[in-house]
Formats: sequence, C-alpha cells, structure tokens
Amino acid sequence: MTMSRGLRAFLVGCTAVVLTIVYVPLALVLLNSFNVSKSFAWPPSGLTLRWWQAAGHSTGARHALLVSVEVGLLATAVSLVLGTMAALALQRARFFGRNAVSLLIILPIALPGIVTGLALNNAFTSLFGLQLGFFTIVVAHATFCIVTVFNNVQARLRRMSESLEEASADLGARPFTTFRLVTFPLLRSALLAGGLLAFALSFDEIIVTTFTAGGHEQTLPIWIFQNLFRPNQTPVVNVVAAALIVLSAVPIWLAQRLSQEVEGAVSAAP
Amino acid sequence: MLWLGVAYLGALGALFLAAFWTTNEFTGDLVKVFTLDNFRQLLQLPVYRTITARTLGVAVLVTLVDAALALPVAFFMAKVARPGLQRLLVIAVLMPLWASYLVKAYAWRGMLSQSGPLSWLGISPGYGLTGLVVTLAYLWLPYMILPVYAGLQKLPDSLLEASADLGAPALTTFRRVVLPLVFPALVAGSIFTFSLTMGDYIAVKIVGGPTQMLGNVVADNYGVANNLPFAAAYAVVPVLVMLGYLGVVRRTGALENL
Repeated sequence: MTMSRGLRAFLVGCTAVVLTIVYVPLALVLLNSFNVSKSFAWPPSGLTLRWWQAAGHSTGARHALLVSVEVGLLATAVSLVLGTMAALALQRARFFGRNAVSLLIILPIALPGIVTGLALNNAFTSLFGLQLGFFTIVVAHATFCIVTVFNNVQARLRRMSESLEEASADLGARPFTTFRLVTFPLLRSALLAGGLLAFALSFDEIIVTTFTAGGHEQTLPIWIFQNLFRPNQTPVVNVVAAALIVLSAVPIWLAQRLSQEVEGAVSAAP
Repeated sequence: MLWLGVAYLGALGALFLAAFWTTNEFTGDLVKVFTLDNFRQLLQLPVYRTITARTLGVAVLVTLVDAALALPVAFFMAKVARPGLQRLLVIAVLMPLWASYLVKAYAWRGMLSQSGPLSWLGISPGYGLTGLVVTLAYLWLPYMILPVYAGLQKLPDSLLEASADLGAPALTTFRRVVLPLVFPALVAGSIFTFSLTMGDYIAVKIVGGPTQMLGNVVADNYGVANNLPFAAAYAVVPVLVMLGYLGVVRRTGALENL
C-alpha cells in the first residue's frame, strides 16, 4: 500500500516501542533469576545459578506444579466434550432461545473472574454442600474452558457445509458413525486449538481458583502468589516465573503448527 | 449445555440472592433474611462510592491506553508489514499472551520496585495507582491488539486508497474511514480490558501498593471478613456494569468479533 514516509516511520516506531515495552519486563524476570542480589538490585552485581538449584529442591513448587497439570488436563478433557456438544447443538439444531444461549456462553468470559469465582464458591458450599478441593477446582475451570472450546468448534462449524453430513446420512450412516467418520475429522484441528487454549487458561488461572480451592489444594499460580511477598522465597518464585516464561514458547510452537485455527481462537480468550 | 445453563446461571442467581442476606455480627453465621442493607451501605458509604468510581476510572483509562497502543501496532501488522514480518509480529504479540498472568504482574513488580530498573532510570512511579494502570494496560494489551488486527485485516486496502485519491490527508482517512470500520473490533477488545480490570485484585495487591479496588473489597469481604452477603452485593456492581455494556455494544456487532 502507498503511504507517506513520515506515517510509515511513525507506525514502525510505535510497533517497535510497544514490542520493547512488552518484552523488557519478561527479560528482566529471566535476568533476575540469575541475579546474585536477593532483592534484585539493578543493575545486577553478578550472575549465579544458585536460585535455579534452590527452586529445583522446592517441594512446595513441585507439588503445586503437579496439581496444576492434573487440573488442567481434567478440565480440558471435560470442556472438550461439553464444548463440542454445545457447539453442535447450537449449530445443527434450531430451538427456542438460541440467541439467548449464545449470549449466555459468552458470559463466563465477559464477566469478571471474581464474580464467577464467588458465584461458584457460593454454589459449591451452600447449595451443594461440597468440600472445596481438587474436584471443585476442576469443575470451576471446566466452566470457563468450555467457552474457548465452544468458540473454536463453532467457528469451524460455521465454515463447514452441512451437505457432507447429509451425504453421509443419505449413504445410510447412523448419526454416530457420521460424527466419527465425517464431522470429527473436520473438527480435529479446531479441537486441538481449543484444547490447547483451555489447558493454558486453566494452568494460568488464579482468581476463580482462589475461590474454589479451599485451604488444602494449591495450584502453581496460588503457590506463586502466596510466596510472592515472602522475601526469603523471592529468588525461588523468580526462578519459577522465569521457567514459566520459557515454557510459554511451547504452546506458541504448537500453535504455529495449527496457525490459522489458533489465530481465531486466541482472540476469544478472556 | 445444561452445565452452563443451569450450573452457571444458577450459581449467579444464588449469588444474587445471597446479596440480600446478612451475617450475624457476633457469630458470623449467615442470616437468611431478606434485607437491602448491603446495597444501602454500598450506595451511602462514601468509601465504597470512591472505590467504585476509582475502579471504573481505572477500567476506562486502561481501555483507552490499550486502544491507543493497539491501533498503530495492529495497523502496521495488518496493512504495512510484509507477509513474513506479519507472521513474526503475530507470534511476538501472541507470545506474552501465553505467558502466565501472574508472571507478567510479577515482572512489573520487579520493574517498579525501589531497586528496579525504572528507579535506576529515575522514572519509576512506584507501587500505586499509576503503576497499577501501567501494569493492567500491559496485561490486557494483547486482548486489544488481536481483535483490532483481525478487524483491520478485513478492511479492504481499496477503501484507504480511494480516500487518499480523493485527497484526504492520512489523519482524515483514519478518522473517517478506518476508525468507523474497526470500531466493532475496538469494542470487542474493550469488553476484555474493561471486564478484566474491574474484577482484578491480584495485580492490585502485587503492584497497587495501598490502592483499593472493587475486586479487593469483594475478595477481602469473602476471605478476611467472612461476609459473603456483602461481597455478593458488591459483586453485583460489575455484573450490572458488564451487562449494561454488553447491551449497549450489542448493536455495534462487536459480539460477533469476540
């Protein structure tokens, strides 16, 4: 596109500045994980690997990491099943209040996490009389993970023609066979993208988790938050944070392999 | 489907109901008697009015900052950058989105700290309201860039060229052509920045210093004061604000852009 040189320079400048602002704080965390100073004095007086060793021996962090992975996997599995079913129902069936339901599904991501957290906490404890713990975290996470799966699957269904399924039915396949052999293969990459995003959301969630975890279970974000204000733990927290930054390149790498789908999906994250 | 419909709405409904209850002052037990006391307190005590106003103000400010930063970056990504660079930039914007929320807030704790690099440069606002706005704007920026980028990609280049051919300066083209057409995308982004800011209390604790926001009051009333009804009543405020906002923006077609 034709564009004056000044405007072009302005846009390049803006982009460069914003990207710098985005990456400098993350780089600082990485650098500080090697900083000799416990209070992260700037500029660092020296570099050390001591904190990484200390973090490797932190049982609290390791246990919390395990809980986070388990919760993430379970919540993702549940939301993949329910989110797909919801999307299929909305796309294929015409029923009363269909628009209201689409709006309803946006609610868990449009409303602040603290409202979702408090509402679920209240429902678990006073309505169902459940003990807060591992199970309630999974249910709570699944509630907002469903949305991301739903969005991905629905976007894919909109682009898919119903004629394929109709052809399958005409050839005598029963609904389940059609789903297994026609619908599911077409949805697969959307499900992967949605599942990836759901897992990342669950892994990262802290507010809803705080309200539904009770006193015994600790996911990694909660562990980080609880140790954040303890001066003695700061270096270890910093190493965990640095490791998480490095790990966040993994989903990016995976996402690149399904790039088209994920671009649409990520803009739907809360 | 049923899960969302019954469980989620039911939970919201129960929360709304709890907002009309109260707690026994001595035992801390729930008293399930209908009362409007919680809402009366919210409206009448100046401290809550101030906190509500502050939270809304911060949400608006964060949204505006993000919109101002996202527009040029998204425009550059969508319209100026060559395909190779474009792909790279999308990754560059996505990458921090996958980095943990807590880690990013923590990163700003380091940036703003007394011994951190910003103080070293002599420009650190320290922990407080300014630091909070900066951190929140930083946290939600990708949620604004991505919808705006998607919106700009859909905008045909020919419109911009036609505007230029008709003699419009760049700013006029931006104001009369680009802005109206990406407006729904901006609104879609603002739903995230607004909602996320209103409910946040973690980042507030990490970089906000003594600042109190709506989320803190809700969290403390639930956790520290054990006053679920009051927390519930205050949580109704962001729900009403978001529902009102969603209702208004529905007409712009922003919800299709989510």
